[in-house]
Amino acid sequence: MSNDAATESQALDGPRQEPPALGLGASLPPADARAKTEGTFPYAADLWAEGLLWAALLRSPHPHARILSIDTAAAAEMPGVRAVVTHLDVLGDPSYGRLVADRPVFASDVVRHHGEAIAAVAADHPDTARMAAAAIAVEYEILDPVTDPEKAFEAEPLHPDGNLIRHIPLRYGDPDLMGEVVVEGLYRIGRQDPAPIGAEAGLAVPRPDGGVEIYTGSTDPHTDRDLAAACFGLEPDQVKVVVTGVPGATGDREDPGFQIPLGLLALRTGCPVKLAATREESFLGHAHRHPTLLRYRHHADSEGRLVKVEAQILLDAGAYADASSESLAAAVAFACGPYIVPHAFIEGWAVRTNNPPSGHVRGEGAMQVCAAYEGQMDKLAAKIGIDPAELRLRNALATGDILPTGQTVTCPAPVAELLRAVRDFPLPALPKDVPESSWLLPGGPEGAGEPGAVRRGVGYALGMVHMLGAEGADEVSTATVKVHDGVATVICAAVETGQGFSTLARQIVQETLGIEEVHVASVDTDQPPAGPATHGRHTWVSGGAVERAAKMVRTQLLQPLAHKFGMSTELLQITDGKITSYDGVLSTTVTEAMDGKELWATAQCRPHPTEPLDESGQGDAFVGLAFCAIRAVVDVDIELGSIRVVEMAVAQDVGRVLNPAQLATRIEAGVTQGIGTALTENLRTTRGLVRRPDLTGYALPTSLDAADIRIVKLVEERDVVAPFGAKPASAAPVVTSPAAVAAAVRAATGRPVNRLPIRPQSAVVTAG
Amino acid sequence: MTTHAPQTAQSVTLPASLDEAVAALSAMPAAVPVAGGTDLMAAVNKGLLRPAGLVGLGRISELRGWHYQDGHALLGTGLTHARMGRPDFAALIPALAASARAAGPPQIRNAGTLGGNIASAAPTGDSLPVLAALEADLVVAGPGGARREIPVSHLLAGREMLAPAELIGFVRVPLLHAPQVYLKATGRTGPGRATASVAVVLDPARRGVRCAVGAIAPMPLRPLEAERWIASLIDWDADRGLAPEALAAFGEYVAAACIPDPEPAADGSEPPALPPAVLHLRRTVATLARRALGRALP
Repeated sequence: MSNDAATESQALDGPRQEPPALGLGASLPPADARAKTEGTFPYAADLWAEGLLWAALLRSPHPHARILSIDTAAAAEMPGVRAVVTHLDVLGDPSYGRLVADRPVFASDVVRHHGEAIAAVAADHPDTARMAAAAIAVEYEILDPVTDPEKAFEAEPLHPDGNLIRHIPLRYGDPDLMGEVVVEGLYRIGRQDPAPIGAEAGLAVPRPDGGVEIYTGSTDPHTDRDLAAACFGLEPDQVKVVVTGVPGATGDREDPGFQIPLGLLALRTGCPVKLAATREESFLGHAHRHPTLLRYRHHADSEGRLVKVEAQILLDAGAYADASSESLAAAVAFACGPYIVPHAFIEGWAVRTNNPPSGHVRGEGAMQVCAAYEGQMDKLAAKIGIDPAELRLRNALATGDILPTGQTVTCPAPVAELLRAVRDFPLPALPKDVPESSWLLPGGPEGAGEPGAVRRGVGYALGMVHMLGAEGADEVSTATVKVHDGVATVICAAVETGQGFSTLARQIVQETLGIEEVHVASVDTDQPPAGPATHGRHTWVSGGAVERAAKMVRTQLLQPLAHKFGMSTELLQITDGKITSYDGVLSTTVTEAMDGKELWATAQCRPHPTEPLDESGQGDAFVGLAFCAIRAVVDVDIELGSIRVVEMAVAQDVGRVLNPAQLATRIEAGVTQGIGTALTENLRTTRGLVRRPDLTGYALPTSLDAADIRIVKLVEERDVVAPFGAKPASAAPVVTSPAAVAAAVRAATGRPVNRLPIRPQSAVVTAG
Repeated sequence: MTTHAPQTAQSVTLPASLDEAVAALSAMPAAVPVAGGTDLMAAVNKGLLRPAGLVGLGRISELRGWHYQDGHALLGTGLTHARMGRPDFAALIPALAASARAAGPPQIRNAGTLGGNIASAAPTGDSLPVLAALEADLVVAGPGGARREIPVSHLLAGREMLAPAELIGFVRVPLLHAPQVYLKATGRTGPGRATASVAVVLDPARRGVRCAVGAIAPMPLRPLEAERWIASLIDWDADRGLAPEALAAFGEYVAAACIPDPEPAADGSEPPALPPAVLHLRRTVATLARRALGRALP
């Protein structure tokens, strides 16, 4: 599929040169592709050390309860058990958190969500550890859980910090203005789980100096190290986080809640300790996408031009703050979408509940509002009686327009161009030339679908997402490039999560130094920090650092030659390991020029600073924005309410294509994750208890659910402030595709479709 | 240096015949029989089950095929879903073949067996409504070569249970030589557990229509009155066709029988309405039953 899509997109843009085999623009495959395909790639769950112990966590069976007593005696006495730790054994800070330290390492007096850690055990066998954890006697006084975020405002505080994590009242323009046409809607977004395909795992190894090394698939090793060290009561340099193979990450992985118990057990026992989470623990422990309730009122003139948007957005943060503040900022700032809105009044809240924890999952905040504002645009189009795509075009944002946060859009914003590209792409053919028995109907190949009951619908959505950390976050990454013996090595603490950073790093060095063989070193916290692998940070910030370091090496390499021949280094070029001058007079090989020396350079990249949103939601909070347009085509069995996404046509603003094949897979993966958000992925709870924490109950898209994904246009308008002009590409389709699917189901059924994932009963059309 | 009992202490036997398997189970009552392992191993991995011993049924060739006996097929319980999904089997018992093809992704269908589906007795088991509609009997093997037959519905309802060391050897299914349909509704296009499933089989010799609804209750439900009513409308000696209204009425009848309206309260006041999710389930059953009967009739 990816090759088709890539060729098609090129065909649409007219003839293009043969893509290069190396460097930027090449479809370089990942270096670890073969090992991953053959099953020899070492993931964190494969780690082993001589004499290792196994850890197990005791997790709360209740969403909200007071802990009256914890008795570990029975567990500690079990044969094979080497250590049992509880909150009493946390020698440093009892709590941790990225922005606010509000989450206890182990619950001491109160448990605030189903699955919260209370104690950990190390034993000589995983079963012994699990049985010992189960043998810890905890006496609970069960409390009423607060599971409705709307009730969190009035409820007794669930935490000493109170139930309101953040409130942003964005005010922009004239509040009293009214439009000629007004549409209202209430939207609900469910709880998506990042469902990493490999569950959390790690190994902690004590060091003779009293420190500890933690081997795990962390996506933000330096922050994790600092938080863990503070809880251990150690200096940061006594703790080392070594990143091992990351088995998929669309959110944070192996966060401190996992590493701290592991490290504590290793420090306590003096032995290596391994922890491999079960799928159930994985669902209970890690952060989910914020379930969100959104109430909207759009005002427009009779031509469909937006006049004012009013919205209330309520994010269910779960028991702890985590990244909720950032998610809320994105939700509020992008509440109106990539449209020109002269007046906007958006109130956003993130509140504490006893539901499963919420945190960073890609496209957070922006995805939830996209589903809602696009629902509003469909409603408005229906009320005014114009085509939904036309209505969107009339309001499309462009470079130079102002967001409701007061920030001017300075980067390329080819919103209308993207929408026209998907709108004008030919619709998929109906399967009328194929025998009816081989049609893939909603419900699947052995499903109950009946052609007579199937309606096809076409829907559009436009999405936007910010890149890099927002609101004054210090974005910085450091990279080192080393060249020796014709081989280059990149050392950078940017974690390869599957997003493709290490492939890009190799391409950047190939491009700059003309060296084919480039290795990317593995990551640990002895290297300078590169920031978390989120918000497309590494394509931009770490990629920028690698480029600078490579350029410095280039200068070191060419300076002596240039000096010798009396020309500047700019007149020399390196290709295929050869250095030639512009006039072809000088020609030598890189190896010769190196003369056995080793060249090193280290550089930093720090994009321009941003500022926090002020008390009325105003401020230049974002470094960059990326846009996406998707046209969804769905088939709905209107009697059963079963839905099949037939095709997703995607046009995306990517700045510059650095690796066509990798870009296509990122977009396809994002769109498919969005189909999951739209149709099946929802971690259901009953009064705070997670009902089915397994992959049977939590339905991820399979290959039959994944649509035919057509990348119809990649707009390459370079973003001048970004290194290479490239925009990170993973999050924009995640944000946009659920809204597009909902719009298409709306078109097929005429039903409002205001809840994601779309339940079958919301897609049924009853007679009369 | 570990508290873990090593794997070798666990007893695994691989009998070559049904009677040997029964003998192995008699000899070690704590042992658990395992065929495809698609449910059993998931329970072991979750830590719900720690069998002291396993009796593997995979090498019993007599259970991996079928033979014929007075108008019936005796299906070995070791038949995999993949095998039952093939065209030769589909020509014999079309609804069972359809349910086997719908039972999960290929990996599961290659391993999972008919006997395992019955023994697990999950409400969503795909073969179960078909077996209930076919009124299949189970041939149970006991110690000393003993054989007894119990209707599948008795086992699923818990009216009769398997005794220790008994194994389900075969499933006796009538060969009806008439259309049969199995339909299921799931939450996605890819393989998934049924939210509701319906099996409809025609029995022209007895002039009967038999229907069973799966996944909405702990065991398959049989709407007997709806079956008798629709069978009385069919002209069995002609083309057996029915008007669309009759098909729709059958669907509604089946759905109302399986998901009844709440009983009127004792004081005569209005009973509470069914919640929207239950109403949707009822509508789904009605649609499936209507479509299934429509496909079974010309």
